[in-house]
Amino acid sequence: MTKERTPLVTALIDRQPLLHSEWMAEMRAIGFEKDRRISEADLRTQTADFLKLLGEAVPKSDPLDLARDEWDETRSFLEGISRSRVQQGFESDQTAMFIFSLKRPLFARLREIAGNNADALAHQTWVATDLLDKLGLYTMKAYEKSREEVIHRQQTELLELSTPVIKLWDGVLALPLIGTLDSARTQIVMESLLQRIVTTGSEIAIIDITGVPTVDTVVAQHLLKTVTAIRLMGADCIISGIRPQIAQTIVHLGVDLHGVITKANLADALSLALRRSGFAVTRVLAPAGGTGAAPGESGGAATNGTGATGPRASHAGLHARAGS
Amino acid sequence: MAERIPILKMGEFLLVTIQVDLHDQMAMQLQEDLTSAIERTSAKGVLLDISALEMVDSFIGRMIANISSISGILDARTVVVGMRPQVAITLVELGLSLPGVETALDVDRGMDRLRAAIEGGRLDVVGCQG
Repeated sequence: MTKERTPLVTALIDRQPLLHSEWMAEMRAIGFEKDRRISEADLRTQTADFLKLLGEAVPKSDPLDLARDEWDETRSFLEGISRSRVQQGFESDQTAMFIFSLKRPLFARLREIAGNNADALAHQTWVATDLLDKLGLYTMKAYEKSREEVIHRQQTELLELSTPVIKLWDGVLALPLIGTLDSARTQIVMESLLQRIVTTGSEIAIIDITGVPTVDTVVAQHLLKTVTAIRLMGADCIISGIRPQIAQTIVHLGVDLHGVITKANLADALSLALRRSGFAVTRVLAPAGGTGAAPGESGGAATNGTGATGPRASHAGLHARAGS
Repeated sequence: MAERIPILKMGEFLLVTIQVDLHDQMAMQLQEDLTSAIERTSAKGVLLDISALEMVDSFIGRMIANISSISGILDARTVVVGMRPQVAITLVELGLSLPGVETALDVDRGMDRLRAAIEGGRLDVVGCQG
């Protein structure tokens, strides 16, 4: 058995060209040919490579155990196939069919070799089917792993994408938070914001939570941690974009936001931040309905004009000057 | 004898720059030295620069808070400047939010803050006399 070639080896090596063309025919029958995600030439190369690897590995490996070293190349080949299938957007069953479609041509070859010996045929079929099942399962495992990798990578990318730190003004940073805050995200948010505070030397950071759907005790805890860390570094933090429902929730939950500056919207927060850093916002162009100026500014910049002041006054023709 | 953190006198203020990793013993020594320096020089403000401090534990965190409040009792305003992001995060995770400790981004801003505080204090005195 060890020296003599088993029918499986004969089928894989001596009948390789025939096996290959039959396998391709089988794949065509399943419908791989019509699939535009993979070209027939690619498929042909992949199947040829796989048969070659199989032909090398099977004779060397006496018990057909995939964990053995002889199967290293085959395993890495299958991993490569699975990865490319994931990227091409194939389903898991289609990926598994790459292996399982080999069964019919291979069994046909085995039958041809065994001739009338039913016992030998049954045995060889069992050996072959066992091997192909193992290979198929391995492919599935690799497929799943590649898929998880993709998901994981997307998650990290999403995390990084969803936490941009924006410079609103000289010395004023803003962090618009969108989506739920969990521990991992808070960590990233905190780190990137603190890092930017150091690099830009900004004294005020605004965290806008308009895009945070719900605030529970955990989220509030995370926010407070960030605020405390910012304060420890010597900058100030304003939390803005607190919706009425969220304000109610925060109070009902008994979260203590004492000592944290909160504003209803980002505009208010920016106006406070500008005032604190000694800027005054004034209107230089008269609007159609009269002249107006942003209210309540201290410092050197004169508020010009009279008449209508109010929230609307701070939209058109803004001009900011340093207060001192 | 253990190494000491130098305490520099700059006008009315004391400047303490921690350039090495702070051991517990050094921190205790610093607390001793600083209190006596405040008493000796009757400094009005202390600037504690921890921008080179990379690692903190709960003990060091508490020492920073202690130094700040002890100086406060001796009528020297303390500003802790230049805390690194990682240090800030660590302290927060340790549950040390250092309430009552004044902070600033860098030495410049810390100095400004101390000066402003001292100015404010003087004006009060003038106001009392007038």
